[in-house]
Amino acid sequence: MFGYYLDLALHSLKRNKVLTALMVLALALGIGATITTLTVLRLLSGDPLPQKSAQLFYPQVDPYPENRPFSRSGTKLPWLMSYVDAMNLLRAGKAQRQTAVALAQVKVKPRTTEGKPFYADGVMTTADFFPMFDAPFQYGAGWSAADDDRRVQVAVISGFLNDKLYGGANSVGRMIRVEDRDFRIIGVLKSWAPQPRFYALHLGSRNYGKGEGVFMPLQAARADGIGPSMMMSYGSGSSMEHLETSPAIWLGVWLELPDASAVSAYRLFLADYARQQVALGRFQKSRTALSGLMAWLRGEHVVPDDARLQAGLAFGFLLICVVNTVGLLLAKCLRRSREIGVRRALGAGRGAIFAQFMVEAAIVGVAGGVLGLVFAELGLWGIRHQPAQYASLAHLDLAMFLFTFVVALAASLVAGLLPAWRACAVAPAPQLKAL
Amino acid sequence: MEIRPILASLRRHRIPATLIVLEIALACAVLCNAVFMIGQRIADIRWPNAIDEQGISMVTVNGTDPRLAASDIPRDLSALRGIAGVTAAAAATSMPLDQNPALSDFTTTPDGKTTVNTSIYFLGSGGQQALGLRLLAGRFFNADEYADSGIKDFNSTGHVVLITQSDAQRLWPGQSALGRNLYTNDRSWTVVGVVADVLAQDPRFSGPGGRHSSAFFPLHPDAVMGDYVLRSAPRDRARVLREATQTLGKLEPGAVVQGATYAGVRGDYFANTRSMAWMLVLVCVVMLAVTAFGIVGLTSFWVGQRRRQIGIRRAVGATRGHIMQYFQTENFLLGTAGVVLGMVLAFGINLYLMQRYEIARMPWYYLPASAVALWMLGQLAVLGPALRAAAVPPVVATRSV
Repeated sequence: MFGYYLDLALHSLKRNKVLTALMVLALALGIGATITTLTVLRLLSGDPLPQKSAQLFYPQVDPYPENRPFSRSGTKLPWLMSYVDAMNLLRAGKAQRQTAVALAQVKVKPRTTEGKPFYADGVMTTADFFPMFDAPFQYGAGWSAADDDRRVQVAVISGFLNDKLYGGANSVGRMIRVEDRDFRIIGVLKSWAPQPRFYALHLGSRNYGKGEGVFMPLQAARADGIGPSMMMSYGSGSSMEHLETSPAIWLGVWLELPDASAVSAYRLFLADYARQQVALGRFQKSRTALSGLMAWLRGEHVVPDDARLQAGLAFGFLLICVVNTVGLLLAKCLRRSREIGVRRALGAGRGAIFAQFMVEAAIVGVAGGVLGLVFAELGLWGIRHQPAQYASLAHLDLAMFLFTFVVALAASLVAGLLPAWRACAVAPAPQLKAL
Repeated sequence: MEIRPILASLRRHRIPATLIVLEIALACAVLCNAVFMIGQRIADIRWPNAIDEQGISMVTVNGTDPRLAASDIPRDLSALRGIAGVTAAAAATSMPLDQNPALSDFTTTPDGKTTVNTSIYFLGSGGQQALGLRLLAGRFFNADEYADSGIKDFNSTGHVVLITQSDAQRLWPGQSALGRNLYTNDRSWTVVGVVADVLAQDPRFSGPGGRHSSAFFPLHPDAVMGDYVLRSAPRDRARVLREATQTLGKLEPGAVVQGATYAGVRGDYFANTRSMAWMLVLVCVVMLAVTAFGIVGLTSFWVGQRRRQIGIRRAVGATRGHIMQYFQTENFLLGTAGVVLGMVLAFGINLYLMQRYEIARMPWYYLPASAVALWMLGQLAVLGPALRAAAVPPVVATRSV
């Protein structure tokens, strides 16, 4: 029976090519716009570390004085931590793993060649960074907590920097010049670029994009005078040279807490810590927060508003296209009242007529989906040529590919419902009389 | 034109009529909001900035030896001033829209409170000419002030400051700002001059209050100055920039030297905004086209369905004009219902967006403007089918009745 409906539908679609083309084109445009924007939105709001994100937490404390709060409303907790607080939390070691992160733009020069110096994204962090964030190594390994304390001048470099400087060869043991100081390479990462760059939030750099260039032990890098990209002062007398003792926040702290009991235990510890600092006179407020990775990203509105607006706009557009398709399908099917009358008179039930028109709508949907996919690819190609920081990442994956057809079929079947219902409600007798 | 028969006929075709109304309403709602957003983005792109944007080139030098700054910067500047066409050159810590915010919160009393982030700029000798700052009151810095001012703990060790007109009005409304003191973190500076509004380093980060909140301090040659600002006639700009980059590349072999015209810096800052605006334009155009084709499709179907009625009307004396008018009036009625619904919807969407995102209230005139646009679109779309209807010969009435 399905084959017969398919035949009928194709026949009917062929009879009025312009109308069919219009329907398919409108639906395809709506679907193309929707898939393009949804792909971008999914990319932007994705989980940067799906296997690990549930165990990663971001603590916040508030060292700001009462009369100069961090935020205008006074309700937001400071984004970052001061060196003293970060080190206190790290040394307490209450989490399974813990690390502090700051970003820096660093001048890099290969030691061996006489190449020109250039700037790369640098990360100043501590030993737990690599195991905590599952950063995969191509060669070598990260440094140890002891290396952190001894301020050993070592560096882990990214795969793309290794390709650029050493042609992809194993560069472990070689020296790299960072900010005119020598660092010994002890590890080379495979390509690793979580999106969004969750650990870089509020550290003075972009939230999306390719991975980092150089990773250095925090204390060693600071001893060489490398300054963080972001620093906010909450009192007088902050200086880049003495950031460690300045009333300034510039570090993001991350914790790995394996289960719910560890999380609640850490919450208590953090609250205790803040109260202690109030007692010591370092803090005036004992507020704290401990957010899971995904909650932190959501709370800080990492996904640009523009991306959400675009997706909303595309949905509105798809809705218009669907209404348009309803109208055109309806026009088509009412024009065929006589044909329906004849089929009904020859014994086709209402269900059969309904099915026939739904099949016709589905064909329009599949065609719209295929063409919509072309439009989506075109749209994503356009986005890749945009100046946005996430531009290069915009690609259609298998899930979105399949989702395109789900959207197309759903849209066309919804659009087909009303016309099909009207079609099967046609009374055969008057139509036959008119023949 | 009698509209009662039209209404009666529409009542018999409720579903297609509702669909046209719905399509026009949705298009009107989306169009209103999209055009409003385009307008807002264009307003952003046009934020005024009282420096010589077309004449400035910037060369950023990073990774120099900080100990040599005191001697290197004057040497570099004299080399830059030697380039033909350069009318002024100076060193600075940062530039408006360079996305590298250095912010401070200034108050008018030692223990005051503020919620405004002020962008702070440190200018080397000659900075006011190189930037092309427009003085509105008071004076620029003098040579002593440049020579004696340093930077410590991110603050000027000097005693003078230039502020923008917006800040002068915000901090001392209705009074002269000259001679007043600005305070932050137990330090204070005297306002010696007021300049026309200069944009912040990152106005989006600073928020609406900090957009034109900028303060300028004098600074003797210091390692924190990473930007060389050059001014020339716009036609010399490209050559000046090229020569300056080469000159500095030779003078500072160990540093990373990057040049850009200020127009380019401004373009980069608004690149995202611009591309979003274009995307919105594209969506509007495609959406209007889809709506128009939808109206054409449905009306054509109607015309086809009513051929016999049209024939009868023609046979009993209606002219082609009457038939045309009939369809146009019908479309006008549907369009009116559509835009009324659409304006309500557009207003609702705007309210929702205001809550969810940082979007302002839509001015009322966007509603009638897009209503008129959709009316016209409807009339345009119905023209083809109406002409075809008018061409129906009266003889149709006599066939197969």
